Amino acid sequence: MQQIPKEMFQPASVDLSEAEKISKPSLSYWKDVSIRFRKNKLAMFGLVLLVILVFMAIFGPYMTKYDYATNDLMSTNQPPSAKHWFGTDELGRDVFARTWYGARISLFIGLAAALIDLFIGVLWGGIAGFRGGKTDEVMMRIADILWAVPYLLLVILLMVILGQGLGTMILAMTITGWINMARIVRGQVLQLKNQEYVLAAQTLGASTSRIMFKHLIPNAMGPILVTLTLTIPSAIFTEAFLSYLGLGVPQPLASWGTMASEGVQALQYYPWRLFFPATFICLTIFAFNVVGDGLRDALDPRLRK
Amino acid sequence: MEKLLEVKNLEVSFQTYGGEVQAVRGVSFHVNKGETLAIVGESGSGKSVTSQTIMRLIPTPPGKIKNGQIIFDGEDLVKKTDKEMEQIRGKDIGMIFQDPMTSLNPTMKVGKQIMEVLTKHQKMDKSAAKERAIELLRLVGIPMPEKRVNQYPHEFSGGMRQRAMIAVALASNPKLLIADEPTTALDVTIQAQILELMKDLQKKMGTSIIFITHDLGVVANMADRVAVMYAGKIVEMGTVDEIFYDPRHPYTWGLLASMPSLDSDDKKELAAIPGSPPDLTNPPKGDAFAPRNPYAMKIDFELEPPMFKISDTHYAATWLLHPDAPKVEPPEAVKKRLRKLSSNYPQPIIVKESE
Amino acid sequence: MLKYVGRRLLSMLLSLFLIITATFFLMRAAPGGPFSGEKKLPPEIEKNLNEYYGLDRPWYNQYFDYLVSIAKWDFGPSFKYKGQTVNDLINEGFPVSFFLGMESLLLAVSIGILLGVIAALNHNKWQDYGAMIFAVLGISVPSFIMASLLQYVLAIKLGWFPVARWESLQHTVLPALALAATPMAFIARLTRSSMLEVLSNDYIRTAKAKGLSRGQITVKHAIRNALLPVVTYLGPLSAAILTGSFVIEKIFGIPGLGSHFVLSISNRDYTVIMGVTVFYSIILLSAVLLVDIVYGLIDPRIKLAGGKKGE
Repeated sequence: MQQIPKEMFQPASVDLSEAEKISKPSLSYWKDVSIRFRKNKLAMFGLVLLVILVFMAIFGPYMTKYDYATNDLMSTNQPPSAKHWFGTDELGRDVFARTWYGARISLFIGLAAALIDLFIGVLWGGIAGFRGGKTDEVMMRIADILWAVPYLLLVILLMVILGQGLGTMILAMTITGWINMARIVRGQVLQLKNQEYVLAAQTLGASTSRIMFKHLIPNAMGPILVTLTLTIPSAIFTEAFLSYLGLGVPQPLASWGTMASEGVQALQYYPWRLFFPATFICLTIFAFNVVGDGLRDALDPRLRK
Repeated sequence: MEKLLEVKNLEVSFQTYGGEVQAVRGVSFHVNKGETLAIVGESGSGKSVTSQTIMRLIPTPPGKIKNGQIIFDGEDLVKKTDKEMEQIRGKDIGMIFQDPMTSLNPTMKVGKQIMEVLTKHQKMDKSAAKERAIELLRLVGIPMPEKRVNQYPHEFSGGMRQRAMIAVALASNPKLLIADEPTTALDVTIQAQILELMKDLQKKMGTSIIFITHDLGVVANMADRVAVMYAGKIVEMGTVDEIFYDPRHPYTWGLLASMPSLDSDDKKELAAIPGSPPDLTNPPKGDAFAPRNPYAMKIDFELEPPMFKISDTHYAATWLLHPDAPKVEPPEAVKKRLRKLSSNYPQPIIVKESE
Repeated sequence: MLKYVGRRLLSMLLSLFLIITATFFLMRAAPGGPFSGEKKLPPEIEKNLNEYYGLDRPWYNQYFDYLVSIAKWDFGPSFKYKGQTVNDLINEGFPVSFFLGMESLLLAVSIGILLGVIAALNHNKWQDYGAMIFAVLGISVPSFIMASLLQYVLAIKLGWFPVARWESLQHTVLPALALAATPMAFIARLTRSSMLEVLSNDYIRTAKAKGLSRGQITVKHAIRNALLPVVTYLGPLSAAILTGSFVIEKIFGIPGLGSHFVLSISNRDYTVIMGVTVFYSIILLSAVLLVDIVYGLIDPRIKLAGGKKGE
């Protein structure tokens, strides 16, 4: 063993308060989440896909000189060509223009339904969870009874009665759609409200709404975000389903759902008419699903190392 | 004394997002037949990883045994295949875990969970296994075992579940029982009962025990020998008397000083060890304990201390035992109980750095 | 147990009552009423019709009559097709739909669980990615598109299966597959994540410490516990299969209740829409109740002693 100089055995001046410092830079919660999300290749792929789809929904209709609603009976059911990039439908309307115009409507329906769900759900679930006791009991019992109503049947019923249209479709989807969100928010609030930092805020005299919006909702953000991301594809799905039953948005409006259900009728002779709307529906639902899954995985604290 | 288990220079790492965590960094110890070895340390000191590595229970990946040997009954467990390990787990080595609430399968009857061991290792048929399961439940002190054997874990209290876990672990008379913080999750009164039970059963069955804990108080009346772990290494190891009455490592001093005792009549505050264990992704240079060590010397920040041998059974890794080191006084709480042990060598001897 | 079932039954009746009431009043609010079709009927005839169907009586009488008749399992007449009642449609169409539904339920559950277990046991290996890509695709394709593609490729282009109609077992394969696709994907994902969660539990480590083999641990400890959440999904699953059948039956020309329902929607045959909706609701609520009871029986931790279990 090598010789050690004697002066090495002098007491070192150890600053013990130094020891209380955390040796590893702790990543903030959202930073950690974003790192894990970005490592998930599938989720990142979904995110890029969504960005492209949204970009095309905004700018796509301006990229062609054709209008989504103008008939051209001289050139109906044409295959994709240099003139009509995605071909034309049975009234000679340009499918490219209709696809991106439809993207706006489909995405709008999904987004609107999700945001309304979010608004009612956070309010309902937040109040139920925060007030607890009798209020919670009554509010959640109401939600339970509504929840038992078969979702698609109710939507169909409402669409039949209220008549087709963008507004009625969103209304029909959200009338029981918010319950899922409310349950998740309530569960989170119940879990969080008894934690010390909330109790501390209460002791300090913070108002109820302040505690709700400054402490509870931000900390419940993860599960809310995941639910939101997964509500959008299910709304797009429902839109397509309703369109197939003939309850979609009325002509000449285009949505992916109505285009796909027209495409299905024409599948044998003009397969491209199904190809475009179907592909974009699937891509969108796929993208939202993988992004939602990626978020859920990234938010799961059990995966934190 | 015959060695049942000998761990030599064991190194275990985990691959994480943050980099490679060196959870166990060259640990060597042995367990004799019929004795109890306690491994003591803070959470994150590598004690649980060490015990799970002996059973080869660490998930690989992300875990990996980088180096070392685990000689059990003359065979190296590191080299065994998974299939071979199945014949050792539960049969020759039994294990009890910390949380009895989650360690039993909630949807399987307790009796069935014991019987699984018997049908697997003792090749018993169902009715014989059931008989034996009832017997085992009685042995671990569960009243009305004939009824309990058909119940589910949620119908058991925490202490009862831990008793049932002990029954599972001891079902096929293992040579070694590894108890990983078996009483941490239990009430104090229940803790004492479980410890009593383990000692009692050890006497009856002659099992060796590795007892993992962070509570030195539990160790005193449980163990024959104690190994103190810090940051993935054993920093001091000796008989119970040596660790309690003649501790040499400042970390052991810290642990002892932070232990409450009834006979300390002075109303002094318990001494806490300041700071927290180092990040084992980048283990510090020198002695890992140095930044928290009020006795630290310059060399502690430069060079890892070698193992010093204080007696045939007592080892400690600290530069304070070097002949050139200044004499230091241990904290008051430790000093009070120091005794002269006759087995000590006149001078600590440096053991070769990698033994 | 009995108390729990009683409580659940009561809450189910309450939900059902709500659905029937909502349906009744929504239908009354429907634009124009049942006879204001394309061509205007002479006032004389309309009056007669209203009398015949009891539409001239005050709404509360009609509402009460409706409740009574449903309690007697009478779902009312069809306005569009004289002499045909909703009960006729149900008796004729439901057995077909039921057979198709059961076939796809079986397909979805068995293949879904298999895929999920394989994926979880090979976490982050190619089997996992394969199964999950398959599952995500299943979730991403709306059922009518899936059905049309299956029909187009496998039946029309390749001729492996009959294109449509409901005659032999051969005829049922494609529709059942199309109907099962989405639920199968859901079950596969659910099984996988639940299985992964179970595999990370302490008692799996205990089982390993006992020396059980991988196979024994998987079968005896992991799968059983992992399937509990899948059982709870059977309720929503029956809903998915039921509503999916509307589309599938239409595409494959299957004379089930679903295609009758879709026809009544395009015909705006209000009484049929109302009757079938109520009938479907009864079926679905019963299915959900049944699933919950079964769940309580197979999970020993749940005491069905009246307490409400958390989500």
